[in-house]
Parts: sequence; structure tokens; C-alpha cells
Amino acid sequence: MPQNYIPIFLFIAVVGFLIPVTLVAAKLVRPENPHRTKLMPYECGIDPVGSSRGRYTIRFYIVAILFVVFDVETIFLFPWAVKFKALGVFGLVEMLIFLTILIVGYIWIWKKGALDWV
Amino acid sequence: MAPVATPFFFYLLSLLTLGSAFLVITRRNPVHSALALILGLLAQAGLYLMLYAPFVAGVQIILYAGGIMVLFLFVIMLVNLERAQREEQFNKQWLVGILAACALGALFVFVFWKGSGLFPTSLEPMAEASNTQQVAELLYGPYMFAFEIASLLLLVAMIGAVVMAKKRI
Repeated sequence: MPQNYIPIFLFIAVVGFLIPVTLVAAKLVRPENPHRTKLMPYECGIDPVGSSRGRYTIRFYIVAILFVVFDVETIFLFPWAVKFKALGVFGLVEMLIFLTILIVGYIWIWKKGALDWV
Repeated sequence: MAPVATPFFFYLLSLLTLGSAFLVITRRNPVHSALALILGLLAQAGLYLMLYAPFVAGVQIILYAGGIMVLFLFVIMLVNLERAQREEQFNKQWLVGILAACALGALFVFVFWKGSGLFPTSLEPMAEASNTQQVAELLYGPYMFAFEIASLLLLVAMIGAVVMAKKRI
């Protein structure tokens, strides 16, 4: 492992150690007195209706796919931002062409009403 | 800077990847499988870091553990989970599975024994911090047309998604 990432690994290791320790310590010291009502999921004080694993409406799916598309777009922005000074005006124009094509698509989506909820 | 404890981290991350992959195919609840898959993808990102490819590791986390997993979770939540949990988990295609596993294993063993000529025995250590910069130099220099075509591909994906998901265009 390159040395730069050792602190990150230490963070993860400490978290992975502390979470079980905290849970076990809480288990040891707390009074154990469960009740069906106490174990119910808390939904703003209203009794829960149905299973939490219900089916989502298909409308979320278009949002998810568009999220992935723009997620890939941001991936292209990172290396460009790192070398922004060295790439200069040429890189800026390149990136503007790239973004223009995508923003045209974004405006099209908006006009088509794919982002509207109803 | 010199790498530290490379075998330890390699075996740790490989063990995490294999263990979570095993969990992905054995869990009956698809949401648990998806969570195990996230752990496996993060462990793979760690393996990429060990190969001095922090950009690829970042892409792995942002795209796979972020974007692709969102899609997986949506598919899981769009299908009927109750029916999926009652169905048989493994279809009985043991013969095909064993054949495929043997072929892949034979390939691995062959490369392990005979493949020493295929790979360089030692690489000169690469500069740690320059991976993203090298990607940028190539992507926005010689491969700029591929980069612009990528935006067109993304546009096609966007339009296709909207056309397929929206009935009234």
C-alpha cells in the first residue's frame, strides 16, 4: 500500500474497531426490557403502514438513470480540473464543447418534462 | 515513497472482495446482496490504490459504488421482493457452472506457471500523485476526439432513457 493511504486505512480500521466495541458495551450496560410497541419503527409518531420493502414508483427510475449520466459527466471534469492551468484555453474550449453537448441534452430533457413529477 | 506492508493489504482487500462476492450470491434478501456488493466494490477501489491508480479508484467509488449501485437498488426496489424471496435461489445448472469455473481456473493456473514471460518481473515505482494528471494529459491531448465522442454517447444515453421511460413524448 502506498504510504499516502496509510492514514485513510487507519481511519477505517479505527471505525471498524470502535463500532462493534460501542455496540457490545451498550449491550452490556443497558437494561434489557423489550416491548412490541417499543420495537416498532418510529414514523413521526404515526403507526407504520405496510412493509418498508414496498415497490417504488417507476418515475424514480428516470431520475436514477439521468443521475448516472451526469455522474459520468463529472468524472470527465476531475482530470480536467487537476490540469486546468497546463491545458489552458485549448482545454477550456474542449470542455466547453463537451459541456455544451450535454447541456443541450439537459435542456431537451427539461423541455420534454422528464423532470416534472406528474 | 516506499509502499508499506503490500502483501498484508493485498490479501486483506482480496479477502474482502471474495468474501463480499460470496455474500452477494448467497444472500436471499437482494438488498443485503447489494450492500455486500458495495463492500466488494470499495475493496476493489483499495486494490486500484495499491496499483498507484488513485484516479481509477475514485472512478470506482463514484461510478460503481455510487451510480451503478443506485441503479441496482432501484431495480431491486421496482421488482416484487416478496415473490423473489420465495423463488428458488440457484437454478440447477451445475454442469455449466463447473465447466466455466474449471476453464477460468485452468487459465489462471496456466498464467501462474507459464506466464512469467508475459509480465515484467519488476516495474519501476511510479510517481504516486501524478496518475490523475497523466490521465488528463492523455485525455485532453491525443484522445480529445474520443473525449468529445463520449459526450455524444452520454447525450444518446440521456435521450434514450427519456424516450423509453416517458410514454408521452
